[in-house]
Amino acid sequence: MDIKDFINKIETEIDEFEEGSLKPETNLRNTSAWTSMHALILIALIDTEYNVTITGEDLRTITSIEDLYNIVKERTRQ
Amino acid sequence: MAYLTVNNVQLRAISACVPKNKESNHDYDWISEKERALLIKTTGIEFRHIAPKHITTSDMCFASAEALINDLEIDRNDIEILLFVSQSPDYFLPATSIILQHRLGLNKATMAFDIQLGCSGYVYGLSVISNLMSNGKFKKGLLLVGDKSSFSPSKQDKSTYPIFGDAGTATLLEYDPAAEKMDFNLQSDGSGANAIMIQDGGMRNSYTDKSDEMVEVGPGIIRNRKNLMLDGIEVFNFSLREATPNVTDLLAYNATEIKDYDFFIFHQANKLMNESIRKKLKIEPGKVPYSLQNYGNTSSASIPLTIVTELPDKMQDKKLSILLSAFGVGLSWASASLTVTNLKCLPLIEIE
Repeated sequence: MDIKDFINKIETEIDEFEEGSLKPETNLRNTSAWTSMHALILIALIDTEYNVTITGEDLRTITSIEDLYNIVKERTRQ
Repeated sequence: MAYLTVNNVQLRAISACVPKNKESNHDYDWISEKERALLIKTTGIEFRHIAPKHITTSDMCFASAEALINDLEIDRNDIEILLFVSQSPDYFLPATSIILQHRLGLNKATMAFDIQLGCSGYVYGLSVISNLMSNGKFKKGLLLVGDKSSFSPSKQDKSTYPIFGDAGTATLLEYDPAAEKMDFNLQSDGSGANAIMIQDGGMRNSYTDKSDEMVEVGPGIIRNRKNLMLDGIEVFNFSLREATPNVTDLLAYNATEIKDYDFFIFHQANKLMNESIRKKLKIEPGKVPYSLQNYGNTSSASIPLTIVTELPDKMQDKKLSILLSAFGVGLSWASASLTVTNLKCLPLIEIE
């Protein structure tokens, strides 16, 4: 698992994000396409792909995709 | 763990009723066209049947029960128990089940009471009625389950309004020493009580002037304290976390495997959530029917409604192993493993 692969999965899963449009420093919540529905899609994706739970609190505190990636990496190790 | 095994009780027939009035999420103009498309794609919900003011949950359950009794030519005196499972009763009191006992012309020897549960209600109700019937050797029993969920969401709340549809169902059970056993795994977690809640109107918070005050709590969510509130992420994570182990624990309890079942009928929450659970349990898509697209999330009615609308021909003249799994408000969740033989499914009833 690397961040490129992680971003790729998000872009594949969420149609509103075109391939190559997301960067590690992107704050998903600040993108024009972001809605509360995307939070659920993202949570389902991470649960299915990595068996990791992302909470509402996690999504409120992260400021970039890299932050999210680090949470997933950290919890996969546990 | 609350595991149960029930012997000598057979599911004989199921009937379901929805209001004729249908709403389309394509017309839900509180959100933008783009957001609407995403909502329909993600939740899988296109249409919902919404009861007009004069139709209650008990009316839909009554129509379903009458159809069962008439179609199967049941002697009303043989029905010894009536259980009504709902969170939208006719009155605060008396219990709706008792009103239905009289309205259905059942004998005074009938045992009748309500259970107040939502999404998990069908599986809970089935565990209770089958146990009592097994113990009392009751000839026949009626399990009436459903909700008029549309009574509470705010139209200006995109997290609830386009999700729920109304339905009322009836299941006829029979004492039968030849019936195969049913197994249940029933759970609850009140720490999540406020994840799905109607805040005002009960004894804890009676109505005040503030109850009607519309408050914007987030983008696309304006509601008051009488409206249903739903913490989408909280409920989503709860379901992903709990529904799967509840099912695998049941399989361990009754020494069966996923491949032993012909169908898995899940509470119809939303497509994204249900598909995530299906994938976690590694169930092939063809074994998991959906009624979501045409009826939405119908609360406790979702499992019997899905059987009636999606599986009637599959059930006919066959013996099938099925697994039921339901999860939601409470938080409360449960699963059941059972074998049904020639389960009769009546055509869906629409009332207006």
